Amino acid sequence: MDIFLQQLINGLVLGSVYALVALGYTMVYGILELINFAHGEITMMGAMVALAVIGALALAAPGLPGVLVLGAGLVVAIPVCMALGLLIERVAYRPLRHAPRLAPLITAIGVSIILQNIAMLIWGKQYIPFPAVLPQGRHEVLGAHITDVQIAILLLTMSIMLMLILVVQKTRLGRAMRATAQSRQVASLMGVDVNRVIASTFVIGSALAAVAGVMVSAYYGLAHYYMGFLLGLKAFSAAVLGGIGNLGGAMLGGLLLGLIESFGAGYIGDLTGGFLGSHYQDVFAFFVLIAVLVFRPSGLLGARVVERA
Amino acid sequence: MSSVLKSRWLAFSLLALGLALLPFLVDAGLGRSWVRLLDLALLYVMLALGLNIVVGYAGLLDLGYVAFYALGAYVYAWLASPHFGLHLPFWAILPLGAALAGLFGVLLGAPTLRLRGDYLAIVTLGFGEIIRIFLNNLNAPVNLTNGPQGINLIDPVRLGSFSLSQPHTLFGFTFTGVHLTYYLFLLLTLAVIFISMRLENSRIGRAWVAIREDEIAAAATGINTRNLKLLAFAMGATFGGLAGGLFASFQGFISPESFNLMESIMILCMIVLGGMGHIPGVIFGALLLTLLPEALRYTGDWQRNLFGQIYVDPADLRMLLFGVALVAVMLYRPAGLIPSARRRQEFADAKG
Repeated sequence: MDIFLQQLINGLVLGSVYALVALGYTMVYGILELINFAHGEITMMGAMVALAVIGALALAAPGLPGVLVLGAGLVVAIPVCMALGLLIERVAYRPLRHAPRLAPLITAIGVSIILQNIAMLIWGKQYIPFPAVLPQGRHEVLGAHITDVQIAILLLTMSIMLMLILVVQKTRLGRAMRATAQSRQVASLMGVDVNRVIASTFVIGSALAAVAGVMVSAYYGLAHYYMGFLLGLKAFSAAVLGGIGNLGGAMLGGLLLGLIESFGAGYIGDLTGGFLGSHYQDVFAFFVLIAVLVFRPSGLLGARVVERA
Repeated sequence: MSSVLKSRWLAFSLLALGLALLPFLVDAGLGRSWVRLLDLALLYVMLALGLNIVVGYAGLLDLGYVAFYALGAYVYAWLASPHFGLHLPFWAILPLGAALAGLFGVLLGAPTLRLRGDYLAIVTLGFGEIIRIFLNNLNAPVNLTNGPQGINLIDPVRLGSFSLSQPHTLFGFTFTGVHLTYYLFLLLTLAVIFISMRLENSRIGRAWVAIREDEIAAAATGINTRNLKLLAFAMGATFGGLAGGLFASFQGFISPESFNLMESIMILCMIVLGGMGHIPGVIFGALLLTLLPEALRYTGDWQRNLFGQIYVDPADLRMLLFGVALVAVMLYRPAGLIPSARRRQEFADAKG
């Protein structure tokens, strides 16, 4: 029982981080039908910038409470990532909006290679440990452990997602975003500044990515210039699993993927009689992804898209 | 008429002569390591042309292409290395690896027929990752792949007593291993180019293009979209498997590290950058993207000449410049460097 609960907690925490990154993919996809391959790298940049700030602050003022230092890291990382997202959209995607579909995909790959290498040049190739500023509390719940960091991640992601839903459903910008996603042309005829809406989408997505990056590096206790790649890949898989372009789908897909991974890692050995070990956890995740897509080709919550000529 | 024919023959012979002499010119001008690179570039031309069938002709975005490359390579390694103690000749293994890869192409294609666009991309990507993870971990309970260490001491291509790994002298020329490999790869690359060209203008090729442009309309005109999509997967995978076998024999060593997602993405970049669905463009893209990162190693010299010292390690800088080049090319030539007439037209239409 306690193993089950432990995997549930780990899976939910991991899944909520995936969900946060997946939201960035799905929002951009919903509006532009573009896989923003560089999104994982924005997450990495968020983690790196925050770590640099936190490290510097922890050195300069060792007495500060951990939450404050972490907050400072976030306060710097979020605007940096927002600016980055805005810049990428402007330079690499906007000029290609009418180009063949794969062209922006290649610029996205180019941008992510650029970001990786910039990060490598600035912060080096080694793993960067997360400075020990965070509270290290552990609580016991029904035989399973949950740390302060995990609780913080869960609370933070839940509130951010709630906020995002409110923004998309209730505000003027959100309405413009939904309209643009339905039809860019008609939205612009209705007086929606489509370019601004798209830019805002990138900015919001990048802000979420920054938060996710900080959380992931706090959770694992380290950051690395290449961390965005796998994280982005999994988050994108999560977005597709839920039905890409659908906000609820991204959240559901993220949580599911986190749970699949953690239960897969926990139980795959027992299930296969020790034939497959926990290093197959990624295989497990991809198998589920493929199985879901084979039976529901547009994801769990994705709308059945009518073929357009 | 005959003068046109004559000049065609002349151009053809000059091209053949140039291709035959190329490794020696490169060897003399740039050094032995560049001949090796030339071999590798030919390998990538084969891979890119294979993926071009799937992505360029049939319009199926495949991000797991490298899995077939890996299969071909591992089949070769299993049957021609001390790993299982088997040493079968290459002419038996290469077709076997290619055929097995083709079979896997159908196996991947069959369940994904209903998927469209980016959903297909993510499933193929997942397939590629699954294959890689299995290769990485199948060293227990039975040691099939030797895990992350990979398989070593793979036999070079050998015909009777004639081994491609040893230098041979003919007409006063010394042909080293990399030179001989060049000719073998060139021959196979030309075969792949020939098949691609014939496919492009065939009933099958035109049907693929029709599916790419509009699957429903294609089905309505009586094209069997299911079989043709499977055929595209199978053909692409076969070329990938062939290239994989050649890669294994060429390197003498393979490990799962060589078959990661980035490799698939690179091959896709070659196609899109060069000009999707257009054979000269794809060849150019493959050559460019294989040779460019190596050429960018010279940035160390440029830095020394410009600033008097090296500021950034060229090994670190080259991938950054590579990324910049990818973005820049796409921004200025969104349809690729050498697009086909049809795509250029499509792009002009979309703009207007």
